[in-house]
Amino acid sequence: MSGLGGAVKIYVPRDAAALSVGAERTAQAIVTQAQRRGVAVELIRNGSRGLLWLEPLVEVEVEGTRMAYGPVRSEDVAGLFEAGFTSGRAHPLGHGVTEQIPYFKRQERLTFARVGLTDPRSLADYVAHGGYRGLRAALALKPAEIVAAVTASGLRGRGGAAFPAGIKWKTVLGAEASQKYVVCNADEGDSGTFSDRMLMEGDPFVLIEGMTIAGLATGATRGYIYLRWEYPQAKLALEAAIGAAYAANYLGPNIQGSGQAFDLEVRMGAGAYICGEETSLLESLEGKRGQVRFKPPLPAIQGLFGKPTVINNVITFASVPIILDRGAEYYQHFGMGRSRGTLPMQLAGNIKHGGLVEIAFGMTLRELMEDFGGGSLSGRPIRAVQVGGPLGAYLPESQFDTPLDYEAFAAVKGMLGHGGIVVFDDTVDMAAQARYAMEFCAIESCGKCTPCRIGSIRGVEVIDRLIAGEQAAKQETILRDLCETLTYGSLCALGGLTPYPVLSALNHFPEDFVKPVRASSASG
Amino acid sequence: MSSQSPRRVIPIKAEPPSNLSAAERSAVLEACARLKELPGALLPILHAVQEALQFVPKDAVPLIARELNLSVAEVHGVVSFYHYFRHSRPGRHVVHLCRAEACQALGAPALEAHAKSSLKIEFHGTTADGAISLEPVYCLGNCALGPSLMIDEELHGRVTADRFDALVSQSRERA
Ligand SMILES: Cc1cc2nc3c(=O)[nH]c(=O)nc-3n(C[C@H](O)[C@H](O)[C@H](O)COP(=O)(O)O)c2cc1C
Ligand code: SF4
Ligand code: FES
Repeated sequence: MSGLGGAVKIYVPRDAAALSVGAERTAQAIVTQAQRRGVAVELIRNGSRGLLWLEPLVEVEVEGTRMAYGPVRSEDVAGLFEAGFTSGRAHPLGHGVTEQIPYFKRQERLTFARVGLTDPRSLADYVAHGGYRGLRAALALKPAEIVAAVTASGLRGRGGAAFPAGIKWKTVLGAEASQKYVVCNADEGDSGTFSDRMLMEGDPFVLIEGMTIAGLATGATRGYIYLRWEYPQAKLALEAAIGAAYAANYLGPNIQGSGQAFDLEVRMGAGAYICGEETSLLESLEGKRGQVRFKPPLPAIQGLFGKPTVINNVITFASVPIILDRGAEYYQHFGMGRSRGTLPMQLAGNIKHGGLVEIAFGMTLRELMEDFGGGSLSGRPIRAVQVGGPLGAYLPESQFDTPLDYEAFAAVKGMLGHGGIVVFDDTVDMAAQARYAMEFCAIESCGKCTPCRIGSIRGVEVIDRLIAGEQAAKQETILRDLCETLTYGSLCALGGLTPYPVLSALNHFPEDFVKPVRASSASG
Repeated sequence: MSSQSPRRVIPIKAEPPSNLSAAERSAVLEACARLKELPGALLPILHAVQEALQFVPKDAVPLIARELNLSVAEVHGVVSFYHYFRHSRPGRHVVHLCRAEACQALGAPALEAHAKSSLKIEFHGTTADGAISLEPVYCLGNCALGPSLMIDEELHGRVTADRFDALVSQSRERA
């Protein structure tokens, strides 16, 4: 497709990460320079391609092919026009054809197929790129057949716990109730993760489509997206897309003339990590304190307002349309063992090429960090990696060959969680990381269990005494006991898994907890 | 804690005593009137109040409780549970500085120390000129481009100490 009346199509992301490094100023500079030079430009604000170290990544469409330039700061724009970037000419910031950049080319983009490619505010663009084909397929099926397709695909929840999505949906389908709900967990609290955000900002319609299919599959007619307040750009993108979907009868009382109804709205969180836990999230949606509920009853039986509720992560829902469109076998053939399909991994922290990498399960952590990530940003050796968010273990170099697979990570007492990989170089102080893990638990505890609420505060004090060298052996024993109490005395994973980062730091990096070593490394 | 009875509050609709200004009071009542029919209305109402007033005044709590037929303790319990809701008026701009792991890996602790010493405040504090409040935040979803912070609703990545100073002085110049 060529631009409006011969105008050059230029893409500048409106993704929050791109904006954080100046994409708005870059976009304005492109408009100003184009006017000054009399070049007709059609500016499209896409999502991010996920090559975040190149943001703001500007793409120019030349004879149907998109050429990448980045990172483009506003002050680079005049030079790019001089060099003829509007016809795809060479420039020191040029990277050639976007989709041929190895970081991109080596990925298997299923869930993220359209992110960065399309205009996230345009329903027409979504449909032109395969959008709503999954819904069309679902409308021709019975609810139980939709559930069977999701089950057969092997899709497991991408929010962290990796529970099979089809089984959850089947329970909701089987529950009798006057009202059922579909709730999307868009609380994305784990440090090192941003795939939900990128998807909501870059392709909000696919989430809406996935949730609508979940509604059809289970007989739920009302949906909520529970979005963390820290994501204002995602809120704008979702609200625009929901408005467009209503206007075109993709949401509302009569979806595409099928006689089936589905209503959807966005609700904002208010800064509580625990509200990512599903029952706490439901309490919060009901307007209460986000305290974790006892299970049973499962949310699938008694969820929001006591009604049967499908609750899934953003990426889980967003993976459903392609399963309905291409078939369960297509999705299922990606991956290894019981981890089927693809997982959008997020490379974060001290990494040279940070960004989003959607690949089939099975690649090793080392391949991901080196081949994609390009090593540390500082250029120093990578010493520790935290996988799976603040409750994930710190892995030492000896475990970098673990394959990205739910079971393989469980075998090294780690977890893949939501796919966040946070890289630390050799200047990291692992005792400080262990202390932070306890502190985070204390700050974010919902307060229901004593070990989590009080034990975490004690944990911080014990680590402080341990690293100060006050009766170190005794403190270590107390710390290990405390971790055991947390593991067995907590209702949810916040208290229950905080021992993972704490003990992995202590077990793999004991030298950081010994006073003299700390003193000398702190001055270095 | 929660009772079985559906009626949780004595149905007296008297105006609770308060020090709210007329403008604050009408902002609170407007938010309640507009949103109270929503299922689970309390969080949307608190967001609307904070958006209008930059914080949730203590004396707004009894008013919201009355409008929603909840107890003051319930509303207070919710306001105090969530880190985002503020109980006092912030500075003209709020800086949310990320303290989480991915930003730590790129020097967030040093940036935090710089922020506190250059602004001469601790977390939850407001500068003497009333321009800037400093709040901690646990991940802004910008973990590949840290250290990160958000000023009001504007996200910034790769923030150095110099960049921090520049951002703060730009904010000071804005109203
Ligand atoms: C402390 C805690 C925080 C969590 N945070 C999130 C989150 O931010 N996003 C998410 O999708 N799931 C989160 N979860 C997992 C949810 O409880 C739940 O498993 C998930 O929403 C189910 O969706 P899924 O099956 O699609 O993953 C969290 C769990 C715990 C214990
Ligand atoms: S472990 Fe902590 S966060 Fe989880 S339910 Fe218990 S007190 Fe709440
Ligand atoms: S850890 Fe700071 S933005 Fe995610």
